Amino acid sequence: MRKSVFVGAFAASALVAGLAQAQSTLEQVKNRGELVCGSNTGQVGFGAPDANGVWQGFDVGFCRALAAAVLGDPMAVTFVPLTSQTRFSALASSEVDVLARNTTWTFTRDVDLSLTFVGTNYYDGQGFMVNRELGVSSALELDGATVCIQTGTTTELNLADYFRINGMDYEPVPVDTAAEAQQQYLAGACDVYTDDVSALASSRAAFAEPGDHVILPEVVSKEPLGPVVRQGDDNWADIVQWTLFALIAAEELGVTSANVEEMKTGSNNPEVGRLLGTTGGFGDMLGLDNDWAARAIAAVGNYGELFANTIGDQTPIGLARGLNAQWTQGGLLYAPPFR
Amino acid sequence: MLLYDQRYRSITIQIFALFLLMLGAAWLIDNVISNMRLLGRSFSFNFLWQSAGYDINQRPIAYDSTMSHGRAALVGFLNTVILAILGCIFATVLGVLAGVLRLSSNWIVSRLITVYVEIFRNIPTLIWILIFGAVMAESMPAPSAFRGDDPASSMIFDAIAITNRGVYIPSILFTTDLGALQLGPVAPSLNWLLIFAILIGSVFANRALIAHATRTQNATGIRPKTWWKSILIFLVPLAVVKLSLGVYLDYPELRGFNFAGGTHLRNSFLAMWLGLSFYTGAFIAEIVRGGILAITKGQTEAAFALGLQPGKTMRLVILPQALRVIIPPLISQYLNLTKNTSLGLAVGYMDLRSTLGGITINQTGRELEGMFLLMLTYLAISLTISALMNVYNSRIKLKER
Repeated sequence: MRKSVFVGAFAASALVAGLAQAQSTLEQVKNRGELVCGSNTGQVGFGAPDANGVWQGFDVGFCRALAAAVLGDPMAVTFVPLTSQTRFSALASSEVDVLARNTTWTFTRDVDLSLTFVGTNYYDGQGFMVNRELGVSSALELDGATVCIQTGTTTELNLADYFRINGMDYEPVPVDTAAEAQQQYLAGACDVYTDDVSALASSRAAFAEPGDHVILPEVVSKEPLGPVVRQGDDNWADIVQWTLFALIAAEELGVTSANVEEMKTGSNNPEVGRLLGTTGGFGDMLGLDNDWAARAIAAVGNYGELFANTIGDQTPIGLARGLNAQWTQGGLLYAPPFR
Repeated sequence: MLLYDQRYRSITIQIFALFLLMLGAAWLIDNVISNMRLLGRSFSFNFLWQSAGYDINQRPIAYDSTMSHGRAALVGFLNTVILAILGCIFATVLGVLAGVLRLSSNWIVSRLITVYVEIFRNIPTLIWILIFGAVMAESMPAPSAFRGDDPASSMIFDAIAITNRGVYIPSILFTTDLGALQLGPVAPSLNWLLIFAILIGSVFANRALIAHATRTQNATGIRPKTWWKSILIFLVPLAVVKLSLGVYLDYPELRGFNFAGGTHLRNSFLAMWLGLSFYTGAFIAEIVRGGILAITKGQTEAAFALGLQPGKTMRLVILPQALRVIIPPLISQYLNLTKNTSLGLAVGYMDLRSTLGGITINQTGRELEGMFLLMLTYLAISLTISALMNVYNSRIKLKER
């Protein structure tokens, strides 16, 4: 009896695996009627459930835009919280369709891990946060400090490099999640908490006394964060990539969630027409319908709106646009033309 | 008919089952190979020679972030072994004490021990590890509390500092360094090897002394006093070493952000060590109690009738017999403790699971290779422990002639 159940389970899983293999990611998502998005385990502003259990945030907003583009419903997303340790395995094993979780684009991840980084939705850099009481004003004064750090991140490697280059010593306290790092940092088990500056700002906003903590001026690395998909399904990568570009281009072209409907007909800029699907038939080329980008923009707004609503300077996170301004405004955001 | 031949039938069924099992394994392996090809991934251990790039806080051997992933894995392996050995020792001490005391005729003592055993046995290890970690991090003073003319906290005997980053204890250093033995990747200090060798020598000398006393007692009926000779055997060689190598204690002192000098027992290590020891100790207590109860009351009564005191009865009559019952289940507890060290990542203890199986896998993406190595290593550690313990078991078990 036992054995036959075992063999049966084998056969069933083989069948399921076989079926799953045959379908493209787009077909899987459409058949499921739901997008599965790998998200942070809880990073206020970027991806965390709110008081009602609804996921909110900058990365979450991107997944909602993607769901709106593909399925027509921004709420048709299941968020799978992933730690920095589990995220790539989850993506590689098809547990999630897309990973939108403050993931740094690096050579080895792109090439060796066989992932595809479709673009950058947030240009970040690594910084250090310390308690104001320590009286530290520069990261170069941190010799001998105890540093809390999330394992399995690029941050961990940058930290080792930064202290070695500057001939300083430190004591790493490795932790698994941002929440754990914050707890250790607040308990004083480490002097310094290091992470991407955006994540530090987001953590600080959630502290009881945000004013007691300073983020040191040094930014010690480049951290281009962006959505990631599996390598090998180029159509799906294109969809995710151009959904991101659509949000960025929308800001550049002045399309917002409020005016997207009137821009569809009212604009005489042909690029707006191609973006919103009134001309060009770009949606068909992606395997979607022509309204895809309009739906994405209507759901979460353009890049600027999404930024302002989740992490901008009017929110508790209070991040400035900085590098994440449009290229016309001196930033790095530059969507290829919709042509 | 062959169908009714029991031997034929059972062999056929076994071959059939084996065939199915092999088919299943082949299917799994084939699946892995084809899926890896599909993803464009290869199976290679080259990553072990690439630069690791991350730092490890607890380093029993020299290591920095420019060294290889293989070296980082070795550091993790040593951390696992250190934790396993210290954990097994402390768990045994706790377990034997608790097991004996639980049988105490003193109502309060036996009830207290019952409470210990039941609490620790019935709450998962991971929770205990997290509790110990949280207690250390949340309720101990920060190093800055030791600063100033009138500090809020002070060191115990000016030697031990208990902080929320761990406990700093004095470390033993030598003014004369004999150098280190170069053994490939590891280089143990000759000073410590010498001390270790002397201690082993002392143990053997002491054993010879006791054997001699027993022979004298058998021949003459009078047991010569040995306690002061034993003390001399252990102390004199160590005193000679202390004088010749110039042993001194390096006390921890507050410098910059943290204490410097001395040995730093990190929170992660203490949480793992205490959590695993107290948890496993509760199980060992039950095993010890069971072993003692398995010895018939008649043995105790006979020993009492011969005039042995309760302590000696336990030590000379009951425990040696009880060991035969205790050792086999004790082996599994040691194995459990060793395997539970892999929970280290929960509190950031950099054991093999956290270095090779955690950060290295994460940075290189070699899950399959890393997990494979991890499995092999844990298997090897466990088999070594059970082999050693089985040797011990066969030495103490009832010799039947």
